[in-house]
Amino acid sequence: MGTANAAALQSPAEGYAAENYLNAKYGIKSWLLTTDHKRIAWLYFLSTTFFFIVGGLAATLMRLNLIQPQGLLLEPETYNKMFTIHGTVMIFFFLAPAVPTVLGNFLIPMMIGARDVAFPKLNLLSWYIFITAGMVLLYSVIAGGVDTGWTFYTPLSTSYVNTHVISAAMAVFISGFSSILTGLNFIVTIHKMRAPGLTWFRLPLFIWALYATSFIFVLAMPVIAITMVLVMLERFFHVGIFDPALGGDPVLFQHLFWFFGHPEVYILILPSMGVISELIAAFSRRRIFGYSLVAFSSFGIAIVSFIVWGHHMFVSGQSVYAGIFFSAMSMAVAIPSAIKVFNWTATLYKGSISFEAPMLYALGFIGLFTIGGLTGVFLATMGLDVFLHDTYFVVAHFHYVMVGGAIMGYMGGLHYWWPKMTGKMYPDYWARLSAFIIFVGFNLTFGPQFILGFLGMPRRYAIYPAQFQTLNIMSSAGASILAVGYLMPMIYLIWSLKYGADAGPNPWKAKGLEWETASPPPTHNFERTPVVTEEAYAYGSEPAHAATVAS
Amino acid sequence: MPENVVHIESKKLYITIWFALLCFTALTTGVAYIDLGPFNTVVALVIAIFKASLVVFFFMHARHSERLVRVVIACAVFWLLILISISMTDFATRKRMPGPQWFQSQPLILQHLQPGPTS
Amino acid sequence: MWIFLCTEVLFFGGLLASYNIYRYLYFSAFRTGSHHLAVVWGATNTAVLICSSLTMALAVRAAQMGKRNLLITFLVLTLIFGLAFLAIKFGFEWRHEYLDGLAPGVNFTYTGPNARHVELFMFFYFALTGLHALHMIVGAGVMIGLIIMAARGAFSKGHCNAVEIAGLYWHFVDIVWIFLFPLLYLIGGRY
Repeated sequence: MGTANAAALQSPAEGYAAENYLNAKYGIKSWLLTTDHKRIAWLYFLSTTFFFIVGGLAATLMRLNLIQPQGLLLEPETYNKMFTIHGTVMIFFFLAPAVPTVLGNFLIPMMIGARDVAFPKLNLLSWYIFITAGMVLLYSVIAGGVDTGWTFYTPLSTSYVNTHVISAAMAVFISGFSSILTGLNFIVTIHKMRAPGLTWFRLPLFIWALYATSFIFVLAMPVIAITMVLVMLERFFHVGIFDPALGGDPVLFQHLFWFFGHPEVYILILPSMGVISELIAAFSRRRIFGYSLVAFSSFGIAIVSFIVWGHHMFVSGQSVYAGIFFSAMSMAVAIPSAIKVFNWTATLYKGSISFEAPMLYALGFIGLFTIGGLTGVFLATMGLDVFLHDTYFVVAHFHYVMVGGAIMGYMGGLHYWWPKMTGKMYPDYWARLSAFIIFVGFNLTFGPQFILGFLGMPRRYAIYPAQFQTLNIMSSAGASILAVGYLMPMIYLIWSLKYGADAGPNPWKAKGLEWETASPPPTHNFERTPVVTEEAYAYGSEPAHAATVAS
Repeated sequence: MPENVVHIESKKLYITIWFALLCFTALTTGVAYIDLGPFNTVVALVIAIFKASLVVFFFMHARHSERLVRVVIACAVFWLLILISISMTDFATRKRMPGPQWFQSQPLILQHLQPGPTS
Repeated sequence: MWIFLCTEVLFFGGLLASYNIYRYLYFSAFRTGSHHLAVVWGATNTAVLICSSLTMALAVRAAQMGKRNLLITFLVLTLIFGLAFLAIKFGFEWRHEYLDGLAPGVNFTYTGPNARHVELFMFFYFALTGLHALHMIVGAGVMIGLIIMAARGAFSKGHCNAVEIAGLYWHFVDIVWIFLFPLLYLIGGRY
């Protein structure tokens, strides 16, 4: 593993690095006032996991309730609050932050050979804003909850409900700023802080994906911000622009909401797609097939995602001509996603594939995301959407992409980079077992929901006709298996912190600047500024390391 | 964001731009009092865009900024236009259905869905 | 800061898109509502903000040249213009509109044709100018911060990033008003 400049090469220490960012300073203040992007990533990890548990509890109560057609344990009003909390928490406080703020914060500077992000203090501020938003949301939940659905449709949310809409809307508003600042930070970091020799087309695809995500953050988040402000104003002053009594149009709310909302869901999936690119390359030991196409497709998705929002409103009273435009554009946005799936598959062909846990998650992603994405095209077809809108088909579709896609990408990435972040290896057997359990549980939960939707069961209903009970019981049973699958990593990952084997700098023998430094990395990431001389994913070629020069 | 070379504009340039902005403000206010029909809006917006461009290029130094800054500005403008125009297409292309009174005033044979006068 | 201003464009943009749609739907009512606004104050405020932009640009220039006293002078002038804007807006315009019964939600007593749509217009007026005023208040706070920093000698030739960035923000708030003035005060003409 030598290079022509072997003399200048400094191999990072094997085994667990004695001095690293984790033990550089001790004490709660060193964590809560840190500007180290790696520690901030951990702060986000703990907070997003907390919200995942909150959202998961809401889902548990929902699925338990749905075991019986007349509702097992919740009043309908409470059920409404459950699905609202589940949606709001999972989307704004778990999925949107998860990959960008946990994996992105940790890895972006490392993958580009930098010491930290462009604005480290802003990074910490983002976390505090996120926590503030979380506190406001918890207040909203504890004070009695919201029951409008995470979409806050007017006039229900503005004129009719008696629940805590203002505080929930405020929580969403505040969390938007956290994301905006993170996105801003990433964009500037990626533009300005790449190591020498790291041209745009040598960047890992994870960076491309996060750049595209940051692009969406910056352009879409402000619109949800103003929309939430308008909802709050309308509730507070009892006069507003969505009120039909004044000549206002509730559909305008939907336009504003989904102009944000659709790019938002691409915020949720793009980073995970970036993770999958990394995993597929590493575990088939091949360069990603069609690197530039995959890179551009991230941007293609980001840009086209902004002109498809009306596909959520086909049956809301939107004009048919606008609907035609949105339907066509929604078909178009499937193309860049498909490009990625084809390229990943082509990468696997004739690769030397190994089936460690991260790879299992990646392979699961490809299958499940494809199903989710294709069912999205079903829904983009206006004629079909008339029947499927607001049924469980939609619920199944987005859970396939969000859970089968985004969360599996997150889990895969977490397992792949866990040794780098902690310096410890988790037990591979248990990791693979839980990946398998998650896969089985997930499909059992959401597969039947496609059928339920086609049969006509509406979503967001606490009770349902008796003929749907069997499928609902299957779904709830699957959910219990899924819960076990998610519980297991929580246990063995914590276990690995104390008892796991030392990972060393590059346990996967993968390519990438983040593997060129010790595990866990020192606070300043690299002993010397790396100089990049080879393409991304240069597997199957010597040298394995980039040359380094004195910084 | 920090530029490598700091271009210090001249005082004269700033004052010229300031004076131009004031003149155009007076112009747009004055033109509003003239009946140009639908062109009132067009003229007002064109003048506003011109004034904004003066501020962006000269006061905000965009004319000396790196390409990335100009791309960011272009993106902001373009995306704003996307939001405004595409949401407009919905409202502009809806068929305005007539109210119930109109229906009831029609002979029975014509009481099927047809665009008519708005109520 | 440019990227942050991008987000601000979209933030105001949501309101502007909604305003545009309703203006299209209820043109005559919006025109009526607009005629209730005082062009004199609107135009004066526009002039005030343009002056503040000049002084801000000159402040940045002074900072770039390392001239501390000049910088402080221009920052103070910018602050004064900003406060003047706010005084006119809150003290004259908003107060009169409230007293005239044109403030939706608090005191709206207009009864004329399309009163409800006029109320919609007034909501937009208050929302847009209120949001803008909020940004001005933040800007004023930033000015105070800069004045204090400059007085302590924090800026010198080549090290005045904060002033430049604050300048960008201030000019942006000016640009928003450049669009708000014709859109709110001059729509449909004043003939």
